[in-house]
Amino acid sequence: METTASSTADESPLVLLVQPLFPEFAAALAGRYRFVLAADADPAAAAEARVLLVPGLAPVTAQHLARLPALELVVGTSAGVDHVDLDTCRNRGLSVTNAGPAFAVDSADYAVGLVVAVLRRVAAADAYVRRGRWAADGDYPLATKVSGKRVGIVGLGNIGSRVARRLAAFGCAVSYHSRSPKPSSPYTFVPALLDLAAGSDVLVLSCALTDETKHMVNREVMEALGKDGVLVNVGRGGLVDEPELVRCLRDGVLGGAGLDVYANEPAVPPELFGMDNVVLSDHRAVVTPESMRGVLEVITANLDAFFSGRPLVSPVQL
Amino acid sequence: MPEQRLQDIASAVLRRGRDARRSPARGQLTAHSELTLPNAASAFHLSHVDDSLAHPPHNDQPLPPRTHHNHLPPSVPAAAMESLGVLLLHPMNAYLEQELDRRFRLIRLWDSPPDARADFLRSNAAAIRAVVGNAGYNADSALIDALPALEIVASFSVGIDRVDLAKCRERGIRVTNTPDVLTDDVADLAVGLAIAALRKIPQADRYVRAGLWKAKGDYTLTTRFSGKRVGIIGLGRIGLAIATRVEAFDCPVNYYQRTKKEYPNYTYYPSVVELAANSDVLVVACPLNEQTRHIVNREVIDALGPKGVLINIGRGPHVDEPELVSALVEGRLGGAGLDVFEDEPNVPEALFTLDNVVLVPHVGSGTHETRQAMADLVLGNLEAHVLKKPLLTPVV
Repeated sequence: METTASSTADESPLVLLVQPLFPEFAAALAGRYRFVLAADADPAAAAEARVLLVPGLAPVTAQHLARLPALELVVGTSAGVDHVDLDTCRNRGLSVTNAGPAFAVDSADYAVGLVVAVLRRVAAADAYVRRGRWAADGDYPLATKVSGKRVGIVGLGNIGSRVARRLAAFGCAVSYHSRSPKPSSPYTFVPALLDLAAGSDVLVLSCALTDETKHMVNREVMEALGKDGVLVNVGRGGLVDEPELVRCLRDGVLGGAGLDVYANEPAVPPELFGMDNVVLSDHRAVVTPESMRGVLEVITANLDAFFSGRPLVSPVQL
Repeated sequence: MPEQRLQDIASAVLRRGRDARRSPARGQLTAHSELTLPNAASAFHLSHVDDSLAHPPHNDQPLPPRTHHNHLPPSVPAAAMESLGVLLLHPMNAYLEQELDRRFRLIRLWDSPPDARADFLRSNAAAIRAVVGNAGYNADSALIDALPALEIVASFSVGIDRVDLAKCRERGIRVTNTPDVLTDDVADLAVGLAIAALRKIPQADRYVRAGLWKAKGDYTLTTRFSGKRVGIIGLGRIGLAIATRVEAFDCPVNYYQRTKKEYPNYTYYPSVVELAANSDVLVVACPLNEQTRHIVNREVIDALGPKGVLINIGRGPHVDEPELVSALVEGRLGGAGLDVFEDEPNVPEALFTLDNVVLVPHVGSGTHETRQAMADLVLGNLEAHVLKKPLLTPVV
């Protein structure tokens, strides 16, 4: 058979991309799959594509999905998949995978880092030193102890269970709230979020954002957590009623917060910038080379499994 | 009550009234117009301590509510406590100061201007039988020499590197510190600093507050904390508490100390350099003494390397600070989390522009809960001394 350059077929499976891959990913996956940007796909590719890969948190809407009649699988590269229209996926019988397990460790580490940073005022004290205030104004005011605090974890999944283990080692008493109790977990299950907040000094959010969990942390929950209570969010900004959070912090209804996620990133409510009892972060909890490698492994594992007809590695329950 | 005793109490009350009138800026002491017998120690109520005129303000916030007013068992003469002259070296804690004033005879070193200190000490020397110091200000050789009646040094700290222990032993002066009650706080901070340094938490906070987070896709790559090899210099109370915490992050634990002990899960290294060479995070958690001064030197810093992170929750002099600073500035050391410095409160300004260091102003035990517990330990040790009971936490 005669072969020419133009007819050298790329036998790699076709994978459409919602947006370009991170350079690191593109390099690692080059040659294994044929990547085409969905927006650039010609009609043949759009008609043929069975897999859509979603780098970052690019939205995947019903419109996107409607253009791909042969689609069977949406591969997420993040822990949360609330940026994907899951209803449409469910209706069409599509599978969706996330990269949750890859991020769990770094998310949990970061959540613990935020808990300590807020309670012990690490970021504020660091700023104090850098402004020369230790020499000028004397010692930094006393903070509050981390050990022994009652910690309530919302969502005891991959991330939450790791947060629990870490904070238990700090001597914290750990309880949790989730859709259903985990019988194998040594921690105390609290069926109502409000009760968990009332009985906790620190509330850590590590659950998925869904219609049920949107704004679950509202004024009532923050009041229950209280004037000495601290909220740490490494889940999604949408879990919290953000304007209410700002009011509660401003008015001393809530004692403090450590936030890696916000309702409308990268916008962060500027009223928070003057508060010492708040630690702000730019959604970097999972941005480590180790997580990136983990994500790559999970994506590759899911893609390989799909194209060889084996069970998916990290399917999301729709 | 015997006449002489009444006289003693009366003298004590009058003397305190005179002291109060002499230094009104120190606070308002409300003298009872009549003697209150039999417990003259509670005759004065310290309503407010305001030292802002004299020196930097207390770092602690409003005093905790007084849950009990008199620790003394009914059989103990208040006069015995009352007669213990206690020299407090620094306004380190409002609750401690209040209680020292209430239970004993408190003399505040900072009541005298620095240039009149020698005279001040001389005129109070006969009365001073106890000294309360802390990490920064303690009973050094010169002070001990100036206080011939000194019987006990009760430090508001666990580290007593600034107490002349040899001289205390020589003179039969007891020394107490505050171990255990601050172990958790210091260990919590050590691990918190390590995560903050590796994940650049304060830097993220600065970045966001400066309005620099412009695009959702902006990202700063930092390295994972879990699984990093943690090397601890000194596996004492604090070192072990750090080990327990980092084990929950699946960090392998290595250590160095003078004597190897059998820890099934921790790997011993016979030198600090070897410990550093085999660790990603090196934590200083040993006491400061002649052997451990500059235990982290150039060689150790080089062994820790451009990806290594140093955490110091011990004492500034544990580390060769100029070497540390140049290593960080030049990138020969990956990062640091520092709670202590060689010349507190002065911190090398070259560190202020670095994003891979976390700097905190000696806050290792700086929580309300722990400072209260430390103060109670100091007070308990002093009371035990007066009552001739075993000291609670003696070092000498």
